[in-house]
Amino acid sequence: MKTLVWVEHDGATVKDATLAVVTAASQLGEVHLLVAGQGVDAVAAEAAKIAGVGKVHVADDAAYAHALAENVAPLIVQLMGDHDAFLAPATTNGKNIAPRVAALLDVMQISDILSVESEDTFTRPIYAGNAIATVQSKDAKKIITVRGTAFAKAATEGGTGTIEAVATTGDLGVSTYVGSEIAKSERPELTSAKIIVSGGRALGSGDKFHELIDPLADKLGAGVGASRAAVDAGYAPNDYQVGQTGKIVAPEVYVAIGISGAIQHLAGMKDSKTIIAINKDEDAPIFQVADIGLVGDLFKILPELTGKL
Amino acid sequence: MKVLVPVKRVLDYNVKPRIKADGSGVDLANVKMSMNPFDEIAVEEAIRLKDKGVTEIVVVSIGEQKSQETLRTALAMGADRAILVVSEDKVEPLGVAKLLKAIVDEEKPDLVILGKQAIDDDNNQTGQMLAGLLGVGQATFASKVELAGDSVTVTREVDGGSETETLKLPAIITVDLRLNEPRYASLPNIMKAKSKPMANKTPADFGVDVSPRLATLKVVEPAKRSAGVKVADVDELVAKLKTMGVSK
Repeated sequence: MKTLVWVEHDGATVKDATLAVVTAASQLGEVHLLVAGQGVDAVAAEAAKIAGVGKVHVADDAAYAHALAENVAPLIVQLMGDHDAFLAPATTNGKNIAPRVAALLDVMQISDILSVESEDTFTRPIYAGNAIATVQSKDAKKIITVRGTAFAKAATEGGTGTIEAVATTGDLGVSTYVGSEIAKSERPELTSAKIIVSGGRALGSGDKFHELIDPLADKLGAGVGASRAAVDAGYAPNDYQVGQTGKIVAPEVYVAIGISGAIQHLAGMKDSKTIIAINKDEDAPIFQVADIGLVGDLFKILPELTGKL
Repeated sequence: MKVLVPVKRVLDYNVKPRIKADGSGVDLANVKMSMNPFDEIAVEEAIRLKDKGVTEIVVVSIGEQKSQETLRTALAMGADRAILVVSEDKVEPLGVAKLLKAIVDEEKPDLVILGKQAIDDDNNQTGQMLAGLLGVGQATFASKVELAGDSVTVTREVDGGSETETLKLPAIITVDLRLNEPRYASLPNIMKAKSKPMANKTPADFGVDVSPRLATLKVVEPAKRSAGVKVADVDELVAKLKTMGVSK
């Protein structure tokens, strides 16, 4: 089987999300990559070094600069003449693009896979991760998005991919990129952080969130996350949100502070290796999944904890 | 201006799903069903656009006969009329997108607003598929929608922040949680909704083949986490963190 992997990048470097997809793709067969964007030579060179990669298709055109699905989907469809499967990370980009490709190819997509059972059979979570379905695809071509935390990351060195330019498909002319606001953070990115400190509604205010969560995260070198309740209340920006409708994370250590543990939140973090919960309610559902729990008032516990680390 | 809003009947988000003993799926017999939460946000947005040039809101649902309850809820919120496409068998996003395309071809809405995903299958595909089939622009994960003449400007929630795009109409929008706070239907509006028109159709009426492409071989519970320990105080927690190598 020949697979085509969407390379997630920021115009300069390959994003980590791509590496897990390469691992999933290598379980299906030969791995080819697609680097689409504008001025992406450096990204292509970096992509070619990923272990296990064969060909790197490069599509360099202004139409692909912001990965608009309307423009990149026809490009992928063109390349699918020569590939049996298309895999993208289940990032906002991957989720935006892959279904459009699937529809153009008249194929049903398999979203957010957790494992590759065989060439046509995969597992994926449904009902906010409360059930795992094994699905078999009857389509000739497979269109798949991959849950990054479910696969090991491919090595970024050691590959000897060959770079090849592909014919561009131009601008469909129905959409225009206007601009973006990317939250700046010096902390590790949530989806790749080894440790995450996450705060919930119990923090009470945005000021308290930063006053209590940030220093602890800095002490641990951790990324900062938040529950949907904390985000909705405006304590933290929405790209901090961990859960079914936010980011799915699986760090080594997840510290849930003042988070009750609604199923929406658990769906985003219950595959973490170790879960630590701090909550004043000893019956909070979060304690049912936590490896280490501490019952008490977070306003007293956090300053003490940060001080003692 | 006409807006089409597809809505789905799903297991209520407060209900913990029970997996059938034979592993064939989730047990939906005698459990509370509701409108998919993202679809409520889509309906609400369409209603809010009524002050801004939207003249008619058509809601559509594809699924078992009982989906008409979901459509009545949307009508009670403020939609004008409904189309029910009855299929007692499960229809996948690709089939739904094809049916919606057929309805769009007939109804010619300027905008289709969908939820970003359904909380049962968690697929996050239908809106994008519909946009692809129609060859029109798509704005997924919308947190802000602004209509201006023959275009719509949408702010989208993306990894790391937000992004703004302008689409030519007709266009497809899928909505995220933070777009709005859906209204509750008032009792008089629930009564009024009973007399609003609802067309009954089947996939065959549109000549669309909705046979599934994916076979679900089994559905199982996720691996259970083993029970943890509770520590008594911060000192004990710090000691644990040190043994784990998280802190020096």
